[in-house]
Amino acid sequence: MEIEKPGPGNKAERAPSHAKIFRWLDRRAGLNELLHTALDEPIPGGARLAYVCGSGLLFLFLSQVITGVFLALYYVPSADHAHTTVAYITKEVTGGSFLRTVHAYGSSAIIIVLLLHTTQTFFYGAYKGRRELLWLAGCILFALMLGMAFTGYLLPWDQKAYFATTVGTNILSEVPLVGNALKRLLRGGTEMGTLTLSRFFVLHVFLIPACIFAFVAIHVYLFRRAGAAGPIEAPKRPAETFYPRQVVLDLFFAIVIIGCLGVLAHYAPTDLGPKANPADTQYLPRPEWYYLPVFQWLKYWRGSLAVVGILVIPGIIALIFLLLPFLDRRPERRPWKRPLAVTTYAAIFVGLGILGGLSRHDDLRDPVTAVQTARQHEDVKAFMKEPFEPELSGSSVGIVNATLASANPLAAKGKEIFEQLSCNACHGEGGFGSAAAPKLTGVSGKFSSEKLETLLRHPSVGMTQGGMQPVDLKDEELKALIAYVENLK
Amino acid sequence: MCVPLIRLVLHPLLRSTTPVAWCDVGTVDELVSINTPTRKIVLMEQRDGWRKVVSEKAIYVIKDAGGQLAVLSSVCPHLGCSVPWVAEKNEFVCPCHIGRFASDGKLLGGPPPRGMDHLESRVENGVLQVHYQYFRQLVSFKEVIG
Repeated sequence: MEIEKPGPGNKAERAPSHAKIFRWLDRRAGLNELLHTALDEPIPGGARLAYVCGSGLLFLFLSQVITGVFLALYYVPSADHAHTTVAYITKEVTGGSFLRTVHAYGSSAIIIVLLLHTTQTFFYGAYKGRRELLWLAGCILFALMLGMAFTGYLLPWDQKAYFATTVGTNILSEVPLVGNALKRLLRGGTEMGTLTLSRFFVLHVFLIPACIFAFVAIHVYLFRRAGAAGPIEAPKRPAETFYPRQVVLDLFFAIVIIGCLGVLAHYAPTDLGPKANPADTQYLPRPEWYYLPVFQWLKYWRGSLAVVGILVIPGIIALIFLLLPFLDRRPERRPWKRPLAVTTYAAIFVGLGILGGLSRHDDLRDPVTAVQTARQHEDVKAFMKEPFEPELSGSSVGIVNATLASANPLAAKGKEIFEQLSCNACHGEGGFGSAAAPKLTGVSGKFSSEKLETLLRHPSVGMTQGGMQPVDLKDEELKALIAYVENLK
Repeated sequence: MCVPLIRLVLHPLLRSTTPVAWCDVGTVDELVSINTPTRKIVLMEQRDGWRKVVSEKAIYVIKDAGGQLAVLSSVCPHLGCSVPWVAEKNEFVCPCHIGRFASDGKLLGGPPPRGMDHLESRVENGVLQVHYQYFRQLVSFKEVIG
């Protein structure tokens, strides 16, 4: 890292241009010192593949920030437009599906690497030796990452996102005294709605990432101040600087991560379900895989004991976890010499795994749940097959209605009937469809007026199962309704 | 990783152009008897990213030298003002900078660099249809810009 000092007759005057640029920058920005601080950190026992998790997490977080910023080019955080814009990203925007998948799977990858990093820190006893603040900063980062995953899950505003977040926010009601107020605060009202989406968006895009940046800086500073913990037992090899070998290993891990995400995004792109329909009473919400153990755990706690299961027990476990370096003050780092701590950690970890497995098992075992989840899966597949349907702009609706009224009074009357009968509640405004019922646009190309009349008076079995009721109208009113439906394009 | 990011940003440039949309102006029977330029409003459907925008556009239906129906854009080729037909003067007069045009759209005087722009039109099933477009202003030639 040393750069030759310039001077009269010095070789540096004949140095290549890149060295001159570096020297110019070094004199002004202190690059040499910066690089020395960043790269020459000693690693006890030398570089190891086992030490790549921390930098892997930083890389994944930066990947999430970059892909998130680019996705925000097309995303609109409003209950009216969020789903349309995510559908647009997924189905139309060049590279949109790929980047959305990298972003979505990236959150799972963060959880996986986070668990590896935490487990390794625990088993290596790397929280010992005046590293209490380092551990606390790490725990806060853990919670912030889980917060990112929770808030990001709602943003697509599809059925899965809506109902999973409804359940997630309902848990807050269990907090004694202030539970309902907390829930209303997070939702921006009593029910889930556009204010919920705005709040989650602000948390996901501004507040939590800002906190993560701050705590990453604190975590890295404290890590550098305390120094790398190194191997569990006395190192057999001498200390080695971070550059070059550990840098190469970290880069290798980063390439493996992005390679895996890229392959997954290409071969198994993430999907999007139909738009959230709060009126759907059948939908069975399920959280992401890393929240499944908590989801299953909550099933066992009902009534007056709910607060114990939902708040007290997880709170105690979280507190013990947080205060670990204060509780376990022995310098001993070897895991086989810390049987109580290691067994407890392993038991919690295995317990979470079992709870997650039970959740999946319950879903598969219960025939009603299995049928419903299969139906939901089919709905998602069907939605993904449909071409992207752009949303009619608000200002255009008035123009279209006015034109319809002047051009076809019968259809205009039919539109009134359509709204009076609340057909739009299921088939959507302008017949654009919703999660509850298919779109009606372009239906005139599929059915004749006579067939439409028959279907409205006597819905087919499939229509009845979907919730369609027979339409009981006078002939002239039904003709008006059909005229309107035939006008929907 | 940079490639999909760049492709995502460049999507509006990479996207294939929207197919030509024809807007109904009116039935030929209704329009065939016109003697002077007749103002009509057409509904134009455009894609604006994830939105579908329906907007009203004013056009003039005229008869060309051969007596065939033709359509003029009401947008002044000077600075884009909306040009009205002034029946008393038997000419189009732009209210912004007094550009004057004949009933067939030819430039009569004023600052506009060219006559009013003709829009592509056709008759389908007895209905006159127009392909609405915007043209570059302040140039003497007609160049489509959208």
